[in-house]
Amino acid sequence: MDYSQFGAMLPELIILGLFVIVLCADVFTKDGSAKRFLTPMTTVLFLLATVAIWLIPSSGEEVFGGMYVDSQACKAMKAILNVGAFIVLLQAAEWVESDDMKFRRGEFYELLLATLFGMYLMISARHFLLFIIGLECASLPLAAMVAFNKKHYESHEAAIKYILTAVFSSAILLMGLSFVYAFSGGSLYFNDIAASIAGTEINGLLIAAVAFVIAGIGFKLSLVPFHLWTADVYQGAPTAITAYLSVISKGAAAFAFFVIFAQVFGSLYSEVWEWMMYAVIIATITVGNLFAMRQKNMKRFMAFSSVSQAGYIMLGVMTEQALGLGSMMFYIFVYIVSNLAAFAVISSIENKTGKVSMDDYDGLHKSNPRLSFVMTLAMFSLAGIPPFAGFFSKILIFTSVTASDSMALYMLVLVALINTIISLYYYLLVVKAIWINPGEAKVERFESNRCDRVALVLCTLGIVFFGLVPYIYEYCLDAARLLN
Amino acid sequence: MFSNILIWFVIVPVIMMAGLALCGNDNMKAIRGVMVTGSTALLAMAIYLVVAFLEMRSAGNTDEMLFTGSWIWYAPLNIHLAVGVDGISVLMLLLSAVIVFAGTFASWKISPLPKNFFLWFALLSTGVFGFFISIDMFTMFMFYEVALIPMYLLIGVWGTGRKEYSAMKLTLMLMGGSAFLMLGLLGIYWHSAPEGGTLTWNILEISHNAAVDPSWQRLLFCFTFVGFGVLGAMFPFHTWSPDGHACAPTAVSMLHAGVLMKLGGYGCFRIAIFLLPQAANELAWIFIILTGISVVYGAFSACVQTDLKYINAYSSVSHCGMVLFAILMLNTTAMTGAILQMLSHGLMTALFFALIGMIYGRTHTRDIRQMGGLMQIMPYLGVCYMIAGFASLGLPGLSGFVAEMTIFFGAFQDADLFHRIFVIAATTSIVITAVYILRVVGKLVLGPVVDEHHRQLTDASWWERFSTVTLIVCLAGIGFFPNWINETIQQSFEPIVNVLNQAI
Repeated sequence: MDYSQFGAMLPELIILGLFVIVLCADVFTKDGSAKRFLTPMTTVLFLLATVAIWLIPSSGEEVFGGMYVDSQACKAMKAILNVGAFIVLLQAAEWVESDDMKFRRGEFYELLLATLFGMYLMISARHFLLFIIGLECASLPLAAMVAFNKKHYESHEAAIKYILTAVFSSAILLMGLSFVYAFSGGSLYFNDIAASIAGTEINGLLIAAVAFVIAGIGFKLSLVPFHLWTADVYQGAPTAITAYLSVISKGAAAFAFFVIFAQVFGSLYSEVWEWMMYAVIIATITVGNLFAMRQKNMKRFMAFSSVSQAGYIMLGVMTEQALGLGSMMFYIFVYIVSNLAAFAVISSIENKTGKVSMDDYDGLHKSNPRLSFVMTLAMFSLAGIPPFAGFFSKILIFTSVTASDSMALYMLVLVALINTIISLYYYLLVVKAIWINPGEAKVERFESNRCDRVALVLCTLGIVFFGLVPYIYEYCLDAARLLN
Repeated sequence: MFSNILIWFVIVPVIMMAGLALCGNDNMKAIRGVMVTGSTALLAMAIYLVVAFLEMRSAGNTDEMLFTGSWIWYAPLNIHLAVGVDGISVLMLLLSAVIVFAGTFASWKISPLPKNFFLWFALLSTGVFGFFISIDMFTMFMFYEVALIPMYLLIGVWGTGRKEYSAMKLTLMLMGGSAFLMLGLLGIYWHSAPEGGTLTWNILEISHNAAVDPSWQRLLFCFTFVGFGVLGAMFPFHTWSPDGHACAPTAVSMLHAGVLMKLGGYGCFRIAIFLLPQAANELAWIFIILTGISVVYGAFSACVQTDLKYINAYSSVSHCGMVLFAILMLNTTAMTGAILQMLSHGLMTALFFALIGMIYGRTHTRDIRQMGGLMQIMPYLGVCYMIAGFASLGLPGLSGFVAEMTIFFGAFQDADLFHRIFVIAATTSIVITAVYILRVVGKLVLGPVVDEHHRQLTDASWWERFSTVTLIVCLAGIGFFPNWINETIQQSFEPIVNVLNQAI
């Protein structure tokens, strides 16, 4: 075996190396104050890893016989996820250092790095076996992370719900893949499957296979009707984990979804899965919005908002071109910074005061003007209001969908646009609570800690500048042209 | 890039926002200083722009747009930051600058959170100015939405009455309109060039290419016209307007009725009709019906209202309906009238809302049944109210007369029965306007004093006088010298009328 092939897996190796370092540092130091260096060390090393992954060029090679591809698109996606994960680490720092948590902080970082490693594999896999390994590696440790609040009953409940749905969805996915295997003549390589599917006629089994694959990955993305676990898990999980779940694991799954459907099932687009995704996207956007309107708990609120946002991300799949993938990656990036900005506010308020209800945000601007400001920006960005980044990501993904002259896709965009108005309504409810609702502030004045502040500043900069400055969009689009 | 004067119309408000951000929260002196400096600079720039524009025109420059500039922004989709002005946008910029200037003085004593108020106010003006200088659909749409969203907070936080409901209603309805608009713009973009050509968002290039397929034009015309029509308070999408205006704080009502509603008319004109001329010829009748209803229905509704702000909001529905109605007549005279009406209505409504704000600030009521005889108590405000009223009902010598005369001259050029019926119906609005204006003026200004407590109220303070005088001078300026406006906008209609004639 040619071991130099591992050289192409540099991003994975970096994360794996980081994992090993953290593990060793965790295992070989005494409990207690000796472990205090763990958080700063991991954060700094992770920052370096992020910079490294962003900077190192991709070779564009396929290794291990085409199982793994190190293309520019995959690398860009990993870099984007890494930025998000770094912000999550910053947000989590305070919680990790709390009394309940600090003797388990090593485990938290190890599990987080393990899931990230799995997501990297999902992104780069061009063979279903590797893909499944990545998927499992990404979802199982997450269940442990969801259960991290040992003393909270909800956290356990959420973890059980998460692990059961994760396993269930994997089973469905595997079922679908076994159908696909039947067509491909004994190969699980994406290219082989695509070639053999292109030759066969459409039949019931193939449609079932595609539907199962959509369902399997749809669970990870919480697409409607596979979203039922989302709200409970988001609510029960520790807030930092909720943030991680809502952006990072969603982003990775969306990218993998695009790759599989563009490369493996690309030839079936118009006959089989265009209408499936059409229905799923409309359902996802609409149902997510309708349920989000009625939520009072901020974490449940964000859960349904993220269901709806996943529908917008999936719009990128409806165009088989680089434009679609590039817009989707840009959308994911903007979604990461906007959503994490909202979560940074939610988690710092929760950490300081334990309040997570929207009613507790009444008059927040009187006691915490800066947090209020960031929350308002985040809500505007999620709703797609210019000049914030969310406006650009939405408009660019709509532009990519309307590129074909199909009237059906125009109507899809119309439905999505009307849904942005519904979403604007509930995002404005938060803005209203903060700025308009009368009465004294229910959250007393507090100072966020340094890590939170850095995270908030990073997110705010992202929201304000990455729409006005087209750098990230062009980066994503250039990368998307080099998918293989 | 920075040598182009138009860009500075966006940069100055942004600098104002930065300046405000640096001010202390309750440091009124610094906040007012920033706002007055900024809005004066904008007004000076707008006046300079008009003068420079007229000079270039008289020097024989016949380009469609002057002061053009174009800078690449999102290269993969050919999105530019493209600016340029013709006579119409020059006047719209002037109107916006006047109203921002007057609005600053009208909200001299705003509270609570003065700093935040002016921050959003400046953001709103960024959007308005940006919209009028853009000739790239993407940036135009972006600035359009930038102008809409601050309304939510401006009404929600600083408004009166059922402000939360109204703010939400206004924001969602206007954003709903912009959803349709967005789809229309996307459709225009993807059909903006003939097969194999470079797609573009630039309005002039799209018009030159004339490549939008007729079957697509019909759909896109409906999308864009409805999208802008919502902001132009077209029936049946006008319901945000009365509630929104009634609950908004003074300066926001001024800016919203004065300028923001003009964005709708301007957009219909510049995008829906200019870029989709064939569909405009074919489908204008649908919207003539709707806007015709706006004109008459708005006027009748104003007759039965008792809240001063509701009266003016409905009268705005009527007058803005008139703008769209005139644009849809698709001939030069009526369109000239439409532009005059935009200017006239902008100044007049701003004056109305400023006065209502001042009266409300004293009497704490806007119900005309609870007030009367203001002429005896505060003669200055009473006289101003009468002037605004006369402008509104079209008294010669003030702007309303010129605008409405021109519109109806133009509208009568279409000799078929359909147009005649609707034009005659629309003309009745002049009479109805006189009814509700005279009713209010008679009761409020001239009638007997209703509430004896009102006798202790004071007349206008210096900043209020300043704000109103600015607007009245402009109103009379249009009324007495409509010719220079005609000169400014004359050539701007040629390209539009040309494409409309070619498309038949």
